[in-house]
Amino acid sequence: MEAKRELLDLLLSDARESTEDIARQLGTDAATVEALVDELESEGAIRGYQAVVDWDNVDESHVRAEVELNVELDRETKYRDIATRIAKFSEVSSLRLVSGSYDFAVDVEGESMHDVSRFVSDQIAPIPEVTQTVTHFVMTTYKERGVYFGDGDDDDRLAISP
Amino acid sequence: MTAGTGESEDEHTGESSHLSQRAQETPPSGIRRFFELAEEMDDLISLGVGEPDFSAPWAARSAAIDSLERGRTSYTANRGRRDLREAIADHVRRYDLSYDPDEEILVSTGASEAVDLAMRALVDPGDTVAVPQPSYLSYGPTVSFAGGEVLPVPTRLEHEFALTYSDLERAGAEAASVLVLCYPNNPTGAVMTREELADVAEFAREHDLFVVSDEIYAALRYDDDHVSIATLPGMAERTIVFNGFSKAYAMTGMRLGYALGPPEIVGAMNRIHQYTMLSAPTTAQFAAIEALQSCDDALAEMRRAFDRRRNYVISRFNELGMDCFEAKGAFYVFPECPPGWENDEAFAEELIHEERVALVPGRVFGEGGRGHLRVSYASGMPELKTALNRIESFVSPD
Repeated sequence: MEAKRELLDLLLSDARESTEDIARQLGTDAATVEALVDELESEGAIRGYQAVVDWDNVDESHVRAEVELNVELDRETKYRDIATRIAKFSEVSSLRLVSGSYDFAVDVEGESMHDVSRFVSDQIAPIPEVTQTVTHFVMTTYKERGVYFGDGDDDDRLAISP
Repeated sequence: MTAGTGESEDEHTGESSHLSQRAQETPPSGIRRFFELAEEMDDLISLGVGEPDFSAPWAARSAAIDSLERGRTSYTANRGRRDLREAIADHVRRYDLSYDPDEEILVSTGASEAVDLAMRALVDPGDTVAVPQPSYLSYGPTVSFAGGEVLPVPTRLEHEFALTYSDLERAGAEAASVLVLCYPNNPTGAVMTREELADVAEFAREHDLFVVSDEIYAALRYDDDHVSIATLPGMAERTIVFNGFSKAYAMTGMRLGYALGPPEIVGAMNRIHQYTMLSAPTTAQFAAIEALQSCDDALAEMRRAFDRRRNYVISRFNELGMDCFEAKGAFYVFPECPPGWENDEAFAEELIHEERVALVPGRVFGEGGRGHLRVSYASGMPELKTALNRIESFVSPD
């Protein structure tokens, strides 16, 4: 596999690895890794580095909803225009144009259900192109970005085996 | 006996007038003492494990569960389910191996059973079996169970533990009737190229040796594609190839392997197998079919993870002054003891006591392993890092 792709793989599984340890795993040196990371960032391939948080284990209230959004386009307004407008809200954590029975899938986060519903009704629904919103509150998260929140497999291997 | 199991003079074999000579002469495994040491330790990190840290791919596990739900808990054909043998025949084409599912493939209870069957099918009392060392612990005892004599063939660090024509000559292997091969190798991680295998094949043809080639780590090769000696000219008819699901698909506990070879040899092995095993575990056979059909991606992902860890541990050992050649297969590296330490056993014992890291001394795998340590990188990166940090503070304390 190409070095840059390998690096991307490594960062996807653990973005907190030290540059030295990444270099060792790729069989190269730290300066090369730094240069590749710079490239990935400047090409826009890497857009950020974030923790995967299980909010159930954080001592504060956190609510997330997946909102389905239908919109109506006209000659002057494209999906991108509407997306730009919605994406600017800090409450929106992800925004995707999707195929199927609705247009946009929007993740909205807030401190309470009240916060989130108020945001959707006060900020999203009034956008002229928006024709319908359906809000699904997340009840339990089992897996997030490849990280399973349950117990992993048991490791009951013998300490030494031939 | 026995080359192949290393030292065990402080172990005592049980004695009873009812025990057969064979049982009394079978020494405990050379790793048992380390196993017991490791078992006593809290907060131990073991790099002494000969199996993947991954679990079997979920699709394979799921197929096993399905088969149980449908009540598929009967025996299978002695040779294994035909659909599995067909899937195996398809799968091994990636190594340019071509075998007939009806006559030339036997599904066994782990590759271990197949090795035992092959020895029983090929070795008469008094026959000599050449076993390159360092190597896996079981070859010697299975030769002995069949009444054969083990001829150790030391391999060398200067050839990165690949077996050479001159190693065979030096050991007097022309007297043997069977030659064991295990590449990618446990414990060294060594691999053999087509050219290197060609020399060994030449020796085997010249001296009429039958080759028993344990290729259980074939899928875990990091520099290049695996080459089976059976693909070399004139070798398919004198080679039995073993492979299985334990290492590549992380299915060790499912106990499923297979043998590929000429019909008369596989047929003879099957005749023994039908009396001693009847058939390999049925649930595992269903998991194996699924593994072959849909788990190539999981396999590739595990292989990539192993490759990164391999790079990591090799650099760390070399940075620590423990010379470590670039092992290109399996999930082991075989560094030398650091300067000032000659005795691998003493080093491993001190290390486990002082730093709670378990490695396996190289001598356990045969004479050629002295002064080396088998390090398994079948552990997650966090464990590997902690283990290497502990080894570092043991080797260079300041």
